[in-house]
Amino acid sequence: MSWLSLIFGEKKSTASVAKERLQLIIAHERACSSGPDFLPELQKDLVAVISKYFPVNPDDIKVGLEKQGNYEVLEVNIVLPEGR
Amino acid sequence: MATIITVTSGKGGVGKTTTSASIASGLAMRGYKTAVIDFDVGLRNLDLIMGCERRVVYDFVNVIQGDANLHQALIKDKHADNLFVLPASQTRDKDALTEEGVENVLKELAHQGFDYIVCDSPAGIEHGAVMALTFADEAIVVTNPEVSSVRDSDRILGIIQSKSRRAIEGREPVKEHLLVTRYAPKRAHEGEMLTYTDIQELLRIPLLGVIPESDAVLHASNQGVPAIHQKGTPVADAYLDAIGRFLGEEHPLRFVDYEKPGLIKRLFGGK
Repeated sequence: MSWLSLIFGEKKSTASVAKERLQLIIAHERACSSGPDFLPELQKDLVAVISKYFPVNPDDIKVGLEKQGNYEVLEVNIVLPEGR
Repeated sequence: MATIITVTSGKGGVGKTTTSASIASGLAMRGYKTAVIDFDVGLRNLDLIMGCERRVVYDFVNVIQGDANLHQALIKDKHADNLFVLPASQTRDKDALTEEGVENVLKELAHQGFDYIVCDSPAGIEHGAVMALTFADEAIVVTNPEVSSVRDSDRILGIIQSKSRRAIEGREPVKEHLLVTRYAPKRAHEGEMLTYTDIQELLRIPLLGVIPESDAVLHASNQGVPAIHQKGTPVADAYLDAIGRFLGEEHPLRFVDYEKPGLIKRLFGGK
């Protein structure tokens, strides 16, 4: 393997590939699990408030939190029913 | 005050029960009165690893439900004084482990003067695994040098940090220890396997020990004698070192470096 890799160029060891993949996925999963879990509550409250004024389907309100650089962006997406 | 140690991993088959048996035996060999509890309700196995399967009369769930008292259910270990085994039940009712019931059993053990209570967690992140870590003072996270095991260990660490009593009550957090098992120094050296330092960097918890991959573990479980009793084997020595470190002693890591066999060794074989 060693003289072959000298001729054909160094190939990354599979262990270092494993480490890189784990670094990414673990960082991602830690960010998710440590994130706020008020989003489902917030979504429920929004549905309640908005349906006071016009009928909405709970599925038409989407709430998400995204990280963009140093900022966290709360995105609320409400699809109004047609014909209004 | 009894110290509750949970041996956990998320992933199955990484060596939790082997580790629970050896850690509990090692603590007992040091003179501490120790109990080891199998939390894997429905899939009892600690009794086989400890070699006491034919002496099981009552189990953990019998005690929780009041059908037997602790004294009747605890099995005295054959190999170490001061060591007692509380086997899991074979019932399929996973909810038999109630939080209140588990807490009462642990309190009763502490009351009986046990120094250490080792909780052998089932695999997964379901009820049994959560019950096993709920009352932990310390956690030994058993991890293999392999991607799915490392990821699952990270998940279980997250659960310890959110669902343990210590976390919920805002007390000092559960003390976490990393135990890398089934380690093959040669493969790690050749870049085929994550090294123990890689794993430690990823999980960011203190390293308690590295247990080498070895035939001795299978021999041990075949015979129902915890691996720590396989005198003179690297596995037993590595567990003995880990026990020392757990008790605050300093021991250099052994069996983690790969030495290239010399020419003579290569010519004449041998290990």
